[in-house]
Amino acid sequence: MSPAKTARKVKTRRAAAKRGVPGRKSAGARTGGDRAGFLARAWSMEVEAAERYAMLADAMEEHNNRDVAELFRKLARIEQLHADQLVAESPSGRPPGLPAGGMRWEEGEEGPETADPGELHYRMQPYHALAIALACEKRANRFFANYARKARNPAVRKAAKEMAEEEAGHVRLIEDWLKRTPEPARDWDGDPDPPVLSD
Amino acid sequence: MGETPLARPEASSISIALTGSGGAGVMTAGTMLLNAAAEAGWYGLMVRSSGPQIRGGEAAALLRIAARTVDCLDDRFDLVIGADWQNIHRFADEIPLDAASVMIGDPDQGAPPEVFIKHGPRLAHVAFKKIAKSIPGSWPNMIMLGVAAALIGLPLEVLRNALRKSYKKGGEGLAASLAAVEAGIAAARALPAIPRLFPPRPHDKARWSITGNEAAGYGAIRGGVRFAAAYPITPATEVLEWMAPALARVGGILVQAEDELASINMAIGASFGGVPSLTATAGPGLSLMTEALGLAVAAEVPVVVIDVMRGGPSTGIPAKSEQSDVNIAVYGLHGDAPRVVVAPNSIADCLTATQWAVHLAESLQVPAIVLSDQYFGQTRGIVDRPADLSFMGERSRAEGGAEAYKRYALTPSGVSPMAVPGTPGTAYTAEGLEHNERGIPSSQSADHVAQLAKREKKLQLHDYGKHWAELAGEGEVAVVTFGSCTGPVREALGRIAAEGGRARLVSMRLLAPAQPERLARVLEGAKRVLVVEQNQGAQFYRYLRAHFELPGEVRSFHRPGPLPIRPGEIYRQITEWSRA
Amino acid sequence: MTTAAAAVPLTAQAFKTDYKPIWCPGCGDYSVLAAMTKAFAMLELRPENVAVVSGIGCSSRIPAYTSCYGFHGVHGRALAAGTGLKIARPDLTVLVAGGDGDGYSIGGNHFLHSCRRNVDLTYVVMDNHVYGMTKGQPSPTTEPDWDSKLSPGGTGLRTFHPLVIALAAGANFIARAFSGDPNGTAQILAEAIRTPGFSFVEILSPCVTFRPEQRDWKNQVRAAPVASTDDPARAAKRIMTDDGFNIGVLYKGARKPFQPPVGRGTRLPADFEAEFSI
Repeated sequence: MSPAKTARKVKTRRAAAKRGVPGRKSAGARTGGDRAGFLARAWSMEVEAAERYAMLADAMEEHNNRDVAELFRKLARIEQLHADQLVAESPSGRPPGLPAGGMRWEEGEEGPETADPGELHYRMQPYHALAIALACEKRANRFFANYARKARNPAVRKAAKEMAEEEAGHVRLIEDWLKRTPEPARDWDGDPDPPVLSD
Repeated sequence: MGETPLARPEASSISIALTGSGGAGVMTAGTMLLNAAAEAGWYGLMVRSSGPQIRGGEAAALLRIAARTVDCLDDRFDLVIGADWQNIHRFADEIPLDAASVMIGDPDQGAPPEVFIKHGPRLAHVAFKKIAKSIPGSWPNMIMLGVAAALIGLPLEVLRNALRKSYKKGGEGLAASLAAVEAGIAAARALPAIPRLFPPRPHDKARWSITGNEAAGYGAIRGGVRFAAAYPITPATEVLEWMAPALARVGGILVQAEDELASINMAIGASFGGVPSLTATAGPGLSLMTEALGLAVAAEVPVVVIDVMRGGPSTGIPAKSEQSDVNIAVYGLHGDAPRVVVAPNSIADCLTATQWAVHLAESLQVPAIVLSDQYFGQTRGIVDRPADLSFMGERSRAEGGAEAYKRYALTPSGVSPMAVPGTPGTAYTAEGLEHNERGIPSSQSADHVAQLAKREKKLQLHDYGKHWAELAGEGEVAVVTFGSCTGPVREALGRIAAEGGRARLVSMRLLAPAQPERLARVLEGAKRVLVVEQNQGAQFYRYLRAHFELPGEVRSFHRPGPLPIRPGEIYRQITEWSRA
Repeated sequence: MTTAAAAVPLTAQAFKTDYKPIWCPGCGDYSVLAAMTKAFAMLELRPENVAVVSGIGCSSRIPAYTSCYGFHGVHGRALAAGTGLKIARPDLTVLVAGGDGDGYSIGGNHFLHSCRRNVDLTYVVMDNHVYGMTKGQPSPTTEPDWDSKLSPGGTGLRTFHPLVIALAAGANFIARAFSGDPNGTAQILAEAIRTPGFSFVEILSPCVTFRPEQRDWKNQVRAAPVASTDDPARAAKRIMTDDGFNIGVLYKGARKPFQPPVGRGTRLPADFEAEFSI
């Protein structure tokens, strides 16, 4: 993902999120209802994704897998940038509609764009990391598409739709990236040494 | 032991054994006798010796009453009063008699066991049971009390007062007991005389009646302990039982744990929370606690463990004394684990030593083991009120600052300010893995070397002041000892001094960290050094040999419990050595 | 720190440190850490008022990865240390964490008595049915036929059932969570912390190194089909008959926590002297 493309993505997001206007409370808790709720969700999704990528980068760094660590670090920076842009005009640096203690997603769900740490392997290749990122972007796309379908507030619906389209663009970007990335060798997870003893 | 009695300059003390099997009430009678003696202005102590039975077993209350402070049992007993003689032969070693001793028994209970009679004591009879039967509501032990009181010359009025105090509500029990005591006094008129006890010396000193276990608990609270975790074990339980209500009254708390592993870890957890903490146990419990004590060393969490030593190894002899936990106390943790070990040198000193241990643990952020023993712990003594000490737990506290907090910072003293949970900006993880200054686990050589040195240094650099040892006397003969051997050593040296001899006493209160320069200074010029302790393996002697320079000719006098080391044994060791 | 600053709720991220976990990539414990910090944020706690206490094992490394006060003690004794801490400092939120070997094997006695004692703390066990730090030995929750170097052909021992034992021993709150669901786990943890008394949360947390087949747990877990109960008999039946993959709060009682009063005494140490004075 080039910096230029990233910036463009951010701009669109900001515009889309801002377009949401205060709507009826009855717009439904499940879809955040009003603009503030939508913004809070969009922001939280980015922040959680960024934090998780950073965590994955740490894990890979600690396990001396520098290539994948760098890739996750880059993804973390991109997602954080998105989040920051969404709240660029908020004095607190947080969206006004954010519940205390952070966003609470539907029961049993992570933020839709958040990667699953359980997918990691210490010998994993950038190809695997991109596959994880691709799945995240797809989930993000589906999330906004659903949001747009369910939203009763027209402005929120429009904003969600734009975000969904944006995420679809990212899906394509990462698909391209994957095509440029060598597929892992068959023995990518090989390790001649056994695990070590610790505590 | 049936030797001719030694010349006894301390003739101002009388030793009395009250014996009997279940239901005889000898412990109650002994306690009342001790209390009354205290009321009369005397000093004294009472050792409890019992069979292993929870109820109904044979028991002996071993008392020594004196005109001045006494720290140990005597070489022999002046008087044995037996309610009955069932299984009392088991106490023969604990109650040495000679031709000057008097044994008083109930004629209906048969003759005393041969193991006593063979030493030639004068025998006499009082029909305790029959007399008691004639006074409705009374017990034979009160007749025994009356006999004992009359023979030592305890004023009747003082005895009456002591009885009234123990029957707080008065009533029938009291009247019957008073009548029984008077019947005992009357019966004593027909008995052979024993030396009457010197009348109490006039003094204005405040005195206490206290056991070593109570004193240790009290010392802990005075030192600032406000959390105790408890798992019952003989003979340490009374420390904890005394502390339970006392802690609550000063705003602290005692919790009963599921085992010793839990009690020590609870104490460490509470101390991590900023509350000075303690547990008390005996050898088996201390064995279980050693892993966690190592954690307290590594994580630098202050904690105090009172080890009331008993006969070992394994379950050993739970209700009898022995000084055989020296090795586990000074060496018993894996790795290089500097810790503090202090030993009280008298019943009253259980207070001082424990209070000091709390102070040291808190100041140095280290576990401190107090090596008490069953003799101190379960013996009630009439003692001079211990001096007030200013020792309080003073933990160096960290407050949040601009810089990242380093819990294990390398400081000149080796002590690093310790943050208390709840303080913003200084959160850290107390770490049992080797760590760097921040407390992050590290297996790097530089960190290991630096942190080991830090933990060693903080104990070495501390100024332990004059409390490291109790010193007395002078001369070319020196006796080095610790703990409950101090009393008999002191008394033996007193006899030598009374005969014109000279000797010095060094009773070490601080066993670890070793302070070889201090001992070397006080032993300067000594030609003969006798090391005295109560265990099979000469653990203290070997510890001294490993870490200290002892001048001149050095001998070890050691033997295991459960028999107390008596002043005469030490007296003989020194005088025979001088003649050699 | 000013009062105004203290009033702003912190994000989950504020409960993490920059100290990188040594856990294998793919380990469920990463997600437990995420869930734990989310729970702290949801409850609007402050890191300095939370203590995370642990023993020894992979999961027991967790305290240092939080920005809270941490205590990394000896193997199996985390509950004891946490109990002492909470009783001495009832103002703190105490969370005890560890693995199945630490909690159910070497620390089994403390587990039983902590359930009985019902001190107001939360006990989190990251259960992966294996000793990871010592390279893959069977733990109490390991299947009896699981082959290993130390117990070739399997231990042949019946697996330990922590939830039903917790119930029998008197735990006031019993839940099962799955690390692969950090938000759900965060909610369970938040409820566990909020619920007074001893709250026990067993978190299925795969070991990708020694039990790679546990990666499939995500396809096996499901939300418990019924809501939590306060009836121990119903809870027992439910816990005994499920297949170990029902996720959610399974029992929630209303037993009064054990918290002896501290700091209420008004006597001075010198007052005790009268007890001994003659």
